[in-house]
Amino acid sequence: MARILEFILNGRKRLDAVPDNRLLLDYLRETVGLTGTKTGCDGGECGACTVLVDDQPTLSCLTLAASVAGKRVDTVESLGANGALSAVQQGFHEKLGSQCGYCTPGFIMASAGLLRKNPKPSEEEIRSALGSNICRCTGYVKIIEAVQHAAKLYAAGEARP
Amino acid sequence: MEALSEFDLLRPTTLAGVLEARSAHPNSRLLGGGTDLLVNIRRGIVAPPVLIDVTGVGELRCMKADAHGLEIGACVTLTEIAGHAGVARIYPVVAQAAASIAGPTHRNMGTLGGNLCLDTRCIFYNQSEWWRQANNHCLKTTGDMCHVAPKSRGVCFATFSGDLAPALLTLGAEVDLLGPGGRRSLPLRELYIGVARHDEKATGGDGKNYLALKQGEIVTAVRARHEPGLRSAYDKVRIRRSIEYPVAGVAVALRRDGETLADLRVAITGTNPRPVLLEGTQALCGGKLDAGVFKGLDELVRDQIMSMKTTFTPGHYRRRVAGVLARRLVTRLFGQG
Repeated sequence: MARILEFILNGRKRLDAVPDNRLLLDYLRETVGLTGTKTGCDGGECGACTVLVDDQPTLSCLTLAASVAGKRVDTVESLGANGALSAVQQGFHEKLGSQCGYCTPGFIMASAGLLRKNPKPSEEEIRSALGSNICRCTGYVKIIEAVQHAAKLYAAGEARP
Repeated sequence: MEALSEFDLLRPTTLAGVLEARSAHPNSRLLGGGTDLLVNIRRGIVAPPVLIDVTGVGELRCMKADAHGLEIGACVTLTEIAGHAGVARIYPVVAQAAASIAGPTHRNMGTLGGNLCLDTRCIFYNQSEWWRQANNHCLKTTGDMCHVAPKSRGVCFATFSGDLAPALLTLGAEVDLLGPGGRRSLPLRELYIGVARHDEKATGGDGKNYLALKQGEIVTAVRARHEPGLRSAYDKVRIRRSIEYPVAGVAVALRRDGETLADLRVAITGTNPRPVLLEGTQALCGGKLDAGVFKGLDELVRDQIMSMKTTFTPGHYRRRVAGVLARRLVTRLFGQG
């Protein structure tokens, strides 16, 4: 079976026919063509596919596309605007929070979800908010620094979260 | 991972709609957060023809935690349980258990109902179709042998690893069920029938048949009464501190009366085909918290916990972890001001 899916993707209304067994991850990458969201472990263990559904970090590899009907979905492509990086992107860029970069969209979306809810997180809160994401390059130190830096940029009003 | 098998998705918005869909599609499965079910579908472990997404059913989203009691609907998310001020203050064991599940993103998705009914796990079961086939499958799917307990004679030893069940067991919770025959409530303890002893098949349950749900029946909510003076906490050990399933998880609730241990309940997950509310803890109460109590507790753990090996640890290690966590929690709660 298939259905018409209507929801808000990156701030714009979207209408698509999707099969019932289509994952949100495959829908975003293959139907819409937004390949910023990555397929990592494909089983909910790594967080590379994290997107925001109604501002909540969500694993798109374990979410059916049909279940976001009527909701708001934000992917990493929604963050930068007019060539300017978002606070989290700027933080990862300046603090070298990314090495091979594969896990980075997931980390950025989990961090964006955190800052939207809690603009001034403690280090412990950052560590706990990134607990569903795995990075095999960095050892996480730079990633934590990146999110701390992003929170500062955001607080200073220099960038959107 | 394999592609998702073909299925139809139904999204009822009322309990009546869920029941109707269940009776129209007896082989359907309920979809909550999907963090376990969709993985199992992709591994070819199950292939339900119909999924019923219950997350839009308002009747399953009640949430109440005050000095009268605790009531949580099946579709309340783990994040909501962990972050609820009343739960954290009055029923800390439940909030701590919810906060310890998987990682934060999983908790945004996963639900109470899914965690209570979480499928049992095993290193020979949670594998791809190809892997399992090379091993001639196992008892829990289509095989005729339990690879983790080869002498089990037809009994499946897959492990239950939900964290909310042990927490709620220490509070004496009841679970509300709804099925074609109407509503009924059970002590939560009786929902879990995975006893898995070869000599004691009274419940008929094991790692494969681990819930007392009847055909078409669903969990709608869990309830517990508030018991003044009861202190409670949850702790678990994992190979890494997020995402991973437990080596062992332990919930403890106790009451202290002066220097006397007046009440003690200990429940353990991640070790048996059911969450185990240790039997015999009442006999340890009535005196001071001394070495005798800890020795008695160790013996209860030794006799009732029968953990199997996992990828990382041998079974006996997991049993010792459960015992150590129980001792630590009892010590901490008893000493709490």
